[in-house]
Amino acid sequence: MAREIGDIILDLKGVSLSFGGVKALTDISFDVREHEIRAIIGPNGAGKSSMLNVINGVYRPQEGEIVLRGEHFSKMNPYKAACAGIARTFQNIALFKGMSVLDNIMTGRTLKMKANLLQQAFRLGAAEREELAHRAKVEEIIDFLEIQHIRKTPVGRLPYGLQKRVDLGRALAMEPQILLLDEPMAGMNVEEKQDMSRFILDVNDQFGTTIVLIEHDMGVVMDISDRVVVLDYGKKIGDGTPDEVRANPEVISAYLGASH
Amino acid sequence: MIYRENGQFKTTYKTDQQIFPILQDRWAVLVLIAFAFVGIPLLVDEYMFRAILIPFLILSLAALGVNLLVGYCGQITLGAGAFMAIGAYAAYNFAIRIDGMPLLGALLLGGFTSALVGIIFGVPSLRVRGLYLAIATLAAQFFWDWAFLRIKWFTNYSTSGSVSVSNLEVFGWSLDGAVDKYLFCLILLVVFALLAKNMVRGAIGRQWMAIRDMDVAAEVIGIRPMYAKLSAFAVSSFIVGVAGALWGFVHLGSWEPAAFSIDRSFQLLFMVIIGGLGSIMGSFFGAAFIIVLPIFLNQFLPWLGGLAGLSISVATVSHIEFMIFGALIVFFLIVEPHGLARLWSTGKEKLRLWPFPH
Repeated sequence: MAREIGDIILDLKGVSLSFGGVKALTDISFDVREHEIRAIIGPNGAGKSSMLNVINGVYRPQEGEIVLRGEHFSKMNPYKAACAGIARTFQNIALFKGMSVLDNIMTGRTLKMKANLLQQAFRLGAAEREELAHRAKVEEIIDFLEIQHIRKTPVGRLPYGLQKRVDLGRALAMEPQILLLDEPMAGMNVEEKQDMSRFILDVNDQFGTTIVLIEHDMGVVMDISDRVVVLDYGKKIGDGTPDEVRANPEVISAYLGASH
Repeated sequence: MIYRENGQFKTTYKTDQQIFPILQDRWAVLVLIAFAFVGIPLLVDEYMFRAILIPFLILSLAALGVNLLVGYCGQITLGAGAFMAIGAYAAYNFAIRIDGMPLLGALLLGGFTSALVGIIFGVPSLRVRGLYLAIATLAAQFFWDWAFLRIKWFTNYSTSGSVSVSNLEVFGWSLDGAVDKYLFCLILLVVFALLAKNMVRGAIGRQWMAIRDMDVAAEVIGIRPMYAKLSAFAVSSFIVGVAGALWGFVHLGSWEPAAFSIDRSFQLLFMVIIGGLGSIMGSFFGAAFIIVLPIFLNQFLPWLGGLAGLSISVATVSHIEFMIFGALIVFFLIVEPHGLARLWSTGKEKLRLWPFPH
């Protein structure tokens, strides 16, 4: 593979998150290196999605901090995260249902569009040029994801597998440095999973995007990820390469139950 | 058969992103606009202008403004009438307090004032949504109804509480006749419709729709909900305010606060719901439906009664008119909850395949 795993780009230090009395995450620390594919796994309710929500600022952890390329964020919010180059997809597809595929992906370019409201209203030269330049960029993503045939279709009408792909496209349109994928293959059949795995590997390979993903399908996780974090009941119980994690007795007991 | 886009290949993104990408649509719209400017003034009498066409144009403009907020940005409002009133009274005050203020200037300043107030009353939308927001905007309606009735400064201390304007003139074009008023409203409507269309097909429109459809995902992409929502309130209130000023200055000539009561707010909301939420075209359909249908029923029912040998009294006609009107609204909402605009686009889809659907 062309990519080379670089330095630590994202470092989470002692993150704790609770909702009222319920502890969702307890003192979790791990790091993500540039260009790697980092998986977060764990049984249901282990706090995986909460972890992603902390990284891109949807949830504010009570303790701990996030270090992104050497910059400390104790209070992350979604806007800051987006500006810092973090994009994500959602477990239950969160597309803009009333808009076409093209518009959904165009919306991903919001932060890069500079024309002000008046220029847009009159569609003066600058606004028009900007719109067309971004359209060209979005078309590259549409080509990459092989969804040319549905670009004008409202996303609400698409089957599930394609919606997942559009969701990925919208995140890619941000040209993120870090891409958070929340169960990108949930509910897919084998062919769709293969397609999606291929897209994830291609994104990582061609654009050098660092990927943090949550996935339940162990086969996929062990195949495509470089390192794996294992969570259980909001605590980190394992961290390492797929082989190390697979051999970890704590992980085995969390997944299969321990023998007594 | 005729309505086909076969052979119309798009080779640039620019041509693909036109407002009307299909050639036949472009011609149809051009012909329609030309007819509205040239044909209608030749064909229609004074009564039609004053009773139907001018109100239709102005309320279409107001519905357009409401649709940007409710249909595109998903922020429900019951205060549209108040913003029409703000536009009208602000324009009135600018016109009488500043010497030599041109009509167009007063109208636009009325719009700007309305936009500012709209931003202020839009602030609750950052915390509440749906029905709760509707109640918050209802507060705007009640507050401004009260203010224009009780705070005498707004009405320039007129004893009756009603204000009037006269001698309307735009760049030396005096708007005395009904035709002139009609043409003036038409020009403004076409211009604002074009600007609104540009906004909703541009970046800001996508931000509004993103907030409407899935606000968490929108935030994660880097859309600031505050900017998106308040800009929708501002633009919407601006257009509604200009419409209000036109309603006062051009349509009524003299008016009192009751002209912009809560009934007006509901009327505008019905227009966008029936016409089609999130559709510029829908605003026109909705306005036409709400304004033209009662007048049509008013003329048609006595004629129908005459056919059946009944003579229907005026009071009965107006009662039946309300009943049929209400029933039609319910009917349309059941048949097509997305409004007349969706019926229209479904019809066009069918027409593209006709006569060989497969």
